[in-house]
Amino acid sequence: MAIKVLKPGLATTVQDLGRPGYYHIGIPLSGGMDRHALAAANLLVGNAEGAAVLEAVFMGPELEFTDDALVAITGAELPPKLDGEPRETWTSFKVKRGQKLSFDFLKQGARGYIAIAGGIDVPLVLGSRSTYALGGLGGFKGRKLEAGDELPIGNAGAAVKDGRSVAKDLRGLPAAMPTELRVMPGLYWHRITETAGNGFFSGTWKVAPEADRIGYRFRGGKPLEFVPREPPFGAGSDPSNITDACYPYGSIQVPGGTEPIVLHRDAVSGGGYFMVGTVIAADMDLIGQLQPNTPVRFVKVGMDEALAARKSRAELLGKLRGALA
Amino acid sequence: MQTRFSYGGDEHIFAEVAESMSLEAFFKGLFITNAVRDAEIKGVTEICPANASYQVKFDPDQIKPDDLLAELKRLDSASETSAPVIKTRIIEIPVLYNDPWTHETLMRFRERHQDPNGTDLEYAARINGLDGVDSFIKAHSSAPWFVSMVGFVAGLPFLYQMVERQRQIQAPKYLRPRTDTPKLTVGHGGCFSCIYSVRGAGGYQMFGITPMPIYDPNQTISYLRDFMCLFKPGDIVKWKPIDRSAYDAAVADVDAGRFAPVIRDVSFSLTEFNQDIDAYNRKLEGVLHGH
Repeated sequence: MAIKVLKPGLATTVQDLGRPGYYHIGIPLSGGMDRHALAAANLLVGNAEGAAVLEAVFMGPELEFTDDALVAITGAELPPKLDGEPRETWTSFKVKRGQKLSFDFLKQGARGYIAIAGGIDVPLVLGSRSTYALGGLGGFKGRKLEAGDELPIGNAGAAVKDGRSVAKDLRGLPAAMPTELRVMPGLYWHRITETAGNGFFSGTWKVAPEADRIGYRFRGGKPLEFVPREPPFGAGSDPSNITDACYPYGSIQVPGGTEPIVLHRDAVSGGGYFMVGTVIAADMDLIGQLQPNTPVRFVKVGMDEALAARKSRAELLGKLRGALA
Repeated sequence: MQTRFSYGGDEHIFAEVAESMSLEAFFKGLFITNAVRDAEIKGVTEICPANASYQVKFDPDQIKPDDLLAELKRLDSASETSAPVIKTRIIEIPVLYNDPWTHETLMRFRERHQDPNGTDLEYAARINGLDGVDSFIKAHSSAPWFVSMVGFVAGLPFLYQMVERQRQIQAPKYLRPRTDTPKLTVGHGGCFSCIYSVRGAGGYQMFGITPMPIYDPNQTISYLRDFMCLFKPGDIVKWKPIDRSAYDAAVADVDAGRFAPVIRDVSFSLTEFNQDIDAYNRKLEGVLHGH
């Protein structure tokens, strides 16, 4: 069983829950940007939560099925059509051999997840099927999909019923605008003045067009002002430079003090720019669903709030599992 | 050196051993990250040494952040007494300096450079007080370099020159980063050289190119079959300037699967190195060439 890629969409890649363990040599975690939606898509079609799916950004692909299959689309509101007939997102549906799956225009969010019962059966590379395109590693030939690709599909386990659906309150998508991203200040926070620090959290930022799996850039807030210093040996002369160091996932670097960049699943693992803090793990899925120009506020939190948010995110996934068990 | 610790959100601890770069800071970070690995602390998922800092990623559902922080602080103070000796490798990397491919790229991005009328090599020679490109190449290739971090992208080594600070080459990054850098470019920014493992964005000055792949996700290159990335922190690199015909021959050898990199096991003592740097480097080079 395979699916043929008729049109690839904008940047459709194979993703699972990622490839931990190699960040120290510059190979990032990768995996779905919205892990909750990825898990939901898999559970809807009876796959293991971390099976490989397709992640489509802004625009869906067009796919032809060589065999009958069970499919579910979650994440962004990217309305599916089967031979031109509309189907629901967040709901599993059957596809017959020879049918074509396509998508209508994006209505909400940024990334849709397409799960097929059996999972996308590309080879495991360093323990994961995720695509890391910058390093040409994993996924389908280490790259985003192209027209003419044929994706192998694994054998589906115990068949599950079609027409199952995820309730709205279990979908884990942002509820309000402007979106708030919770941030723990730290890392090189001491390099900026107190006024600049307050400005960072009080301003409204907008997602810039440069927003991808490596990082999300933001614009429109006040430029940061640095505490004066002698540049340390090895760092470089710009006040935003540091002696090249590791970058946490979710860390917010601000080159030149002007445009914050939040690093995501395909993060560069290190470099020479200072960072003001880190978006908490519970809000990382949310970033993957932000479209360019979305207004965003960064909200200051401490470790206790970060852990509480983490717990509530885990409970949401627990309820999702229960609902689809 | 007093390490500064910070949380990077709820999943990372970031530790800055020193603000500025030095082999002492690098060694301290390397010892601590080795100790963290050996300690097999529950919940630790990634251990990333860097130039003068390190990072530990963890799962706060398995270990309380404050408990891990306390453990790292304990290992950090214990490391003060460790003898800075490591068993490592010295690797010879052939370089075609002043090559046509980085030259084409640097001309394409000239408006982003500090000196739009020269080349990166001419600029780096001048600001380091060297009388021209040949002297610069000699300064760059005559002493070995330490791999003080691997990362940014897959398998990219950051290299720190093993000479006294006043002789170390320094150069700023491009005014605005390039969107393109040829694969296997030898670059330099701040006090660090690097080898770009893949084609892509970059901000370092470009000096040359090596014919020797250092990253192979398909693992078909003979010396990358065991693992797709060549470098580990602590490796020592010696550049070997080559001309165009040697470069072409090496590329052909790589393609034919007969390229054999020169790699030797070596032990490195920071204390002995600091006593007489030039003599110690000559000894290292002797190991490389089997005498």
